[in-house]
Amino acid sequence: MRRPVLPALPALTLLLMLGPVAAGLWGALLPAFGHLPAAGLTGPSLYPFHAVLDWPGLPRAALLSITTGVGATVISLCAVMLLLAGWSGTRAFRTLERLLSPLLSVPHAAAAFGLAFLIAPSGWIARLVSPAITGWDRPPDVLIVQDPLGLSMMAGLIVKEIPFLILISIAALGQAQSQSSIKIAQALGYGRITGWMKTVFPRVYAQIRLPVYVVLAYAMSVVDVAVILGPNTPPTLSVQIVKWMSDPDLDMRLLAAAGALLQLGLVIGVLVLWRVAEGIIAKLGQGWVARGARGKFDPILAQGALFFGGVSSAAVFLGLVVLTIWSFAGYWGFPDAFPDGFTLRNWMRHGPGALAALGETAVIAVTVSIVALALTIGCLEAEYRYGLRVTQRGIWLLYLPLLIPQTAFLPGLQTLMLGIGAENGRFPVMLAHLVFVLPYVFLSLSAPFRAWDVRTGTVAAALGASPDAVLWRVRLPMLLRPILTALAVGLAVSVGQYLPTLLIGGGRVTTLTTEAVALASGADRRAIGVYGLLQTGAALLPFALALAFPAMLWSNRKGLRDG
Amino acid sequence: MDKGLFLRNIEISSQKGRLLTVSHDIAPGAVLSVMGPSGVGKSTLLAFITGTLPADFSAQGSVMLDGQDITGLPAHKRRVGILFQDDLLFPHLSVGANLAFGLAPGGTKTERRDKIAQALIEVDLAGFEDRDPATLSGGQKARVALMRMLLSEPCALLLDEPFSRLDAALRAQVRDLVFARAKARSLPVLMVTHDADDAQAAGGPIITLQAQS
Repeated sequence: MRRPVLPALPALTLLLMLGPVAAGLWGALLPAFGHLPAAGLTGPSLYPFHAVLDWPGLPRAALLSITTGVGATVISLCAVMLLLAGWSGTRAFRTLERLLSPLLSVPHAAAAFGLAFLIAPSGWIARLVSPAITGWDRPPDVLIVQDPLGLSMMAGLIVKEIPFLILISIAALGQAQSQSSIKIAQALGYGRITGWMKTVFPRVYAQIRLPVYVVLAYAMSVVDVAVILGPNTPPTLSVQIVKWMSDPDLDMRLLAAAGALLQLGLVIGVLVLWRVAEGIIAKLGQGWVARGARGKFDPILAQGALFFGGVSSAAVFLGLVVLTIWSFAGYWGFPDAFPDGFTLRNWMRHGPGALAALGETAVIAVTVSIVALALTIGCLEAEYRYGLRVTQRGIWLLYLPLLIPQTAFLPGLQTLMLGIGAENGRFPVMLAHLVFVLPYVFLSLSAPFRAWDVRTGTVAAALGASPDAVLWRVRLPMLLRPILTALAVGLAVSVGQYLPTLLIGGGRVTTLTTEAVALASGADRRAIGVYGLLQTGAALLPFALALAFPAMLWSNRKGLRDG
Repeated sequence: MDKGLFLRNIEISSQKGRLLTVSHDIAPGAVLSVMGPSGVGKSTLLAFITGTLPADFSAQGSVMLDGQDITGLPAHKRRVGILFQDDLLFPHLSVGANLAFGLAPGGTKTERRDKIAQALIEVDLAGFEDRDPATLSGGQKARVALMRMLLSEPCALLLDEPFSRLDAALRAQVRDLVFARAKARSLPVLMVTHDADDAQAAGGPIITLQAQS
């Protein structure tokens, strides 16, 4: 990193992260008002909005967006807060934490498929209890997966958001001095949960507010989970936008653009309401604190939360198990609990296609993650060398790409590319992935990078090491573990991306995720098992390596073993 | 040439106002002790001299080292060694590699290896080259940190509460060692401390910084 490059990196990073978002919103704005020269249409007109509003499914689709999004966020947030309140610092919690950490990197699509294979009428749970308990010898005729209320979709989101919120909150707990507060509250006669909610929760929530908003915006506009688990008639608004986008009739792009703006408005509206609700709950909470109630139901709540957390992680684990079984299954009739036999035939049949998709996935993920990591290190090092201060606004900018729904700006970005005649393909897909990979890599690495003792740098400089030498010979080796973890986070985020790959790739870039989600409409559980498992492996393996490699390299360095 | 570390009309301010003013000459082999309550800016003064003053502070005045004005030089070109209260050995490097990091460049591989071995013998740590620094005792770490710094052939030595983490018995021992090595190399030493014993043992002039109002 030579002098002229480093100071420019923060600006370049922001441009790469926010440029596509801004361009995509702009690209949605024009067609939403009827202006799409590529299709021979010139605006402005309100036709696209009229057409979207005339779509009979709209009220339901919009409502589904809100109920599933808000429902999933509220339930996972409550579960996580009760878990932390009742159990943080205990052995049960550490066990749960260890179980949940790997779940974070399981791609949403694979977790959703696993859940579907568990809870469907012909799913594993029904098979395990049939016919012994239920008496079923054929799958019951009920709609569980893709139910019209979006309940199974909500469940699919909850099992994935709980690990995310838990790990984010644990990081926040460290700064909130929770243990001393809870001890004092308990000494004053408060139950664990009530004491925690009254003393620690406000501080923790203030720290995790932005990640909670990310969960809310994501859950309201997710596409892959909605395609797999969500209702069909009508689907959620985001799924409908993607359907309009993939319609060969270019007119439909106008509807997609208008829908994208509608989706953006919906998310912003709900975020504003959420913010207002925060204020109301804070007020109510102050009254609750003032009344001095010590908490009668704490033990029940604590047990309930632990049970819920256990079921939620079991759902993902068993989902992966059933994906594995299906990928090796021979004939498996209902209601048998296991297939008649195991075979490699499914892997042989889907192997070549899956390997090609794996290769594409890896090329994109590795390139994007390395670029994101280099930019992140550059930004953090520039911050250190030039004494830059990160403001609250800077943190908002970092979260912005995660708060704007993907379905709000990716359609516009694709339309824009169409307008300027840009080629679809791997490179634009990488740029689109970078928008989502960068914030996560940055969030993962920034805390350990900033926590590094700067006196170490002073000592190294006093020994004659130049700033670059300090960075390469001292700081980066000392931070090897968090750096590799950040890289693994980036890889997992990239592997899991569905919509950017689909829309920006124009259907010509095939990754494990696009392939797996494309299989959702069919009924080939064996193929889904193969792709889902590979997708999970592609996201999980880097984490295992990120743990194993520094442990091996530093096996003789005690000072780095826990750091 | 004027050997020594000369602090000329140094004035350091934070956003809240003036923090400290110092003007003092330290001759080769002499120790200046700077005392004062915590928060008075003792470490900030050292940061100014090493060239790592945080952006929140502004400073005036100059630092002359052996006749050269080093105020504008980047940190790694100043030839000012520093020891903190923590040893700050690089945890990813062995004891020998830590010393090699400090050892001024030049010389053949064998010469460098010999110099490192000599340095370890000098502080009774012969044969410690391949040890993991995290497995050393507090006193051993402090001695390695001292030799790492001396091997870089600094022209002055700064000490930032360097003995406050050591227990009483070890403290006097390490303190004597540091002062003896510095004297043997005729280094001007600037020590900040809040411990009167340390300042006494240094045997040089003592200046006390007062909190500025």
